[in-house]
Amino acid sequence: MMARLVPHPLLSLTLVLVWLGLVNTFTLGNLILGTFFGFVIPMITAPYWPDRPAIRRPLKVAEYIAVVLWDIIVANVQVAMIILFKRESTIRSHWIPVPLELTSAEAITVLAGTITMTPGTVSATLSADGASILVHCLHTDDPDQVCRDIKARYERRLTEIFP
Amino acid sequence: MNFVAELLISIALVISGIFGFVGSYGLVKLKDTLQRLHAPTKATTLGVGGVLIASMIFFYSETGHISVHELLITLFLFLTAPITANFIASAYLARNLREDDLPKTPGDYGWSIYDDPPETGVDR
Repeated sequence: MMARLVPHPLLSLTLVLVWLGLVNTFTLGNLILGTFFGFVIPMITAPYWPDRPAIRRPLKVAEYIAVVLWDIIVANVQVAMIILFKRESTIRSHWIPVPLELTSAEAITVLAGTITMTPGTVSATLSADGASILVHCLHTDDPDQVCRDIKARYERRLTEIFP
Repeated sequence: MNFVAELLISIALVISGIFGFVGSYGLVKLKDTLQRLHAPTKATTLGVGGVLIASMIFFYSETGHISVHELLITLFLFLTAPITANFIASAYLARNLREDDLPKTPGDYGWSIYDDPPETGVDR
């Protein structure tokens, strides 16, 4: 009964919070309307979430977000330096194939988004069987090091979050 | 508005302006599509982030309420920006490069733009 009423508790909670954020004022009416959306939308869209992975360890999620935000700031400065002070002919871009240990589609989506949002690397495509991801790096002298960084900093944490 | 708030807002705006400018300059300077793709990912992170932080400080010091619209803008940007970058990269791969131009995959199957996924590949 509870599972049918709230098929996706985390999505329900997110919808309530996003609704309260959109109206930007906390009143009882907005809370009731947000809760209504939080119930109805997951029920309608439940068929589109066939086998969603459960997110374990909320603390790890907070740690992951903090690590990514910090990396974005650091990498922004690094890439700005490359654009401003490196001559065009000395910028060496590389294609880097990164083998994946993650298997769930949601986890790979988060990893691909993270790689793109941290400046200096853009994820381009997956291999046909979803076992590796193709990353374009703006400038590096050691492509293997970039691959190791991605696996050690992001993928290792994601394997702990998505079991 | 007190001096500290004005100072913080000014710093955030200047930082976002610098990174917005560098991102745009990168579009002009870098030479091919994929290198240029790196520039907008900067403009949407620190460039927009600085403006949003400035906006939050401004509304907090003016009205005393914390405005959460800025956090939602960040959330939606982080959800949508990688998708566009991904599509541009995929379209570029499909139009301008052949499989030989890219490094090999570590596994048995090629990149999804050129190779069929395992299920359909067996049937043909």
